[in-house]
Amino acid sequence: MKMRILLAMAIAVAALAPCFPAGASLGGDMTSVRDDQVKLQGTLRTTSIDSYNVHEIQSPGGVVLREYVSLSGNVFGVAWQGRSHPDLHQVLGAYYDQYVQAVQAQRAQRHGHGPLLIEQPGLVVQMGGHMGSLTGRAYLPQNMPVGMRREEIR
Amino acid sequence: MRALPSRILLPLGLVAASVMTFGCGAGSNGTSGSSQNGNNPPSNVQTITVNGGPDSNFVDGAFTSVTVCVPGSTTSCQTISGILVDTGSSGLRILSSALTISLPQQNNSSGNPVAECAAFASGITWGPVQTADVKMAGEVASSMPIQVIGSSNFSNIPGTCTAQGVPMDDLANLGANGLLGVGQAVQDCGSACVPGGQQMYYACLSSVCADTPESLALQVQNPVASFATDNNGVIIELPAVSGGEASVSGSLIFGIGTQSNNGLGGATVFGTDPFGDFSTTYNTTAYISFLDSGSNGIYFLDSNTTGIPLCTQPSLNFLYCPASAKDISVVNNAFMGTNGASAPASFPVGNGLNLVSNPPNNNAINGLAGPFPGLIDFGLPFFFGRNVFTAFDGKSTPAGTGPYTAY
Repeated sequence: MKMRILLAMAIAVAALAPCFPAGASLGGDMTSVRDDQVKLQGTLRTTSIDSYNVHEIQSPGGVVLREYVSLSGNVFGVAWQGRSHPDLHQVLGAYYDQYVQAVQAQRAQRHGHGPLLIEQPGLVVQMGGHMGSLTGRAYLPQNMPVGMRREEIR
Repeated sequence: MRALPSRILLPLGLVAASVMTFGCGAGSNGTSGSSQNGNNPPSNVQTITVNGGPDSNFVDGAFTSVTVCVPGSTTSCQTISGILVDTGSSGLRILSSALTISLPQQNNSSGNPVAECAAFASGITWGPVQTADVKMAGEVASSMPIQVIGSSNFSNIPGTCTAQGVPMDDLANLGANGLLGVGQAVQDCGSACVPGGQQMYYACLSSVCADTPESLALQVQNPVASFATDNNGVIIELPAVSGGEASVSGSLIFGIGTQSNNGLGGATVFGTDPFGDFSTTYNTTAYISFLDSGSNGIYFLDSNTTGIPLCTQPSLNFLYCPASAKDISVVNNAFMGTNGASAPASFPVGNGLNLVSNPPNNNAINGLAGPFPGLIDFGLPFFFGRNVFTAFDGKSTPAGTGPYTAY
């Protein structure tokens, strides 16, 4: 069985596992987090840090999604690890088109393959890893709680 | 530095191997297209070149030629150059625009054509699964499932596929005529796709494609693992590069410890997970890491952690730009629960702006590096001057059973 064990956690792999049908939309509210748990039939674990909450959903398909939510209920970041990327339409929400345009602009300039690193004033998207072992995160710097470090979204 | 002894020994190894394989009767060279010079290369050595690729603008990518034939045919064949050698994935994928012969389509049990959505770090490839005899050097993988990318007959990409990334479906987006995935995994998905549900394999009916189960044997897979011999792994050998060069050449050698030219020698073996991950310690913290010839730089951590500034030019802000080159020291560790190996390694980080612009036409550049938070992606520059071994999952080698990486 090709199960991949992350350094910090084991990911359950179920036989009839959906890929990753959804993720909370950046800029959305807590409703989307609860929707995700239902859609994913995943286990939800919430951790409270000083200025934000982390909702971690483990999908039976082998992806861990962490949603970073401000105390006022705004989703300002998502991070994932697993065998696939999550549904980026859903995760990026209103920012999906901006992401696609940034990828296309970068491919026109950048010569070669590597991780995807998009850093714009209002949107950061980072996708890396390799086939079978992918990781990424996306966040809205302007919506992050004051004093929070970017490295905390992971 | 490490490369010097092996470069001196290489010609001797080539002579010995060619004599030996001749005696073994290891199949004919068929239509393989590596006959630029009069020498008969050994049956397990494939030339690779870091030369910018078919779009002439790919920095730090190793390219080779692959011959594909209609299964069983020795006449319906095509040799395709500009194929990127990728230890970060498994399976042969060819751009439809580069393929001039017609290969048989794979159908599912209902007779519907099968297509694939393959997810990479920076995008996806979409297209039908077709079957070919895959030939490199003197080796053949018969009736291999391969992916044809960007086929006009499968132009309707499912939303569940574009949800995973932006398509790399033509030369401009892929930068190569195809990908030769020779990573640790034998299949590109594995057991997870056998029951279906991964949004990776699809069956198509009237241009509408939906997720489908896919058995291991039908999945797109590492063709080297299906060779009759020399099928337990590969070695990538590239010379050391000082600064940048327009082009350098090396070898993709098939097999580990199966011939006189592919022994491990003094290489350190690091056990990996089935997809090639191990761990690397930087300043007492361990991070997930992997050796990926398909990444064109060493992408590691972030500016706050490394203290190295990014390039300030918006078009280059994915690269590090230290004022002067730095040597980074890390410790590579086998994946937990494998062979417990641990050994230091170091690599240079140059100024990305200077490296890519002075002069602008270098295609093999040492020191190219950038950030990726939380992990360490040892891309092609790490391969310069090292012989890097990739042992396939479940395959026996003189240093034990794969998967592992070694250098």
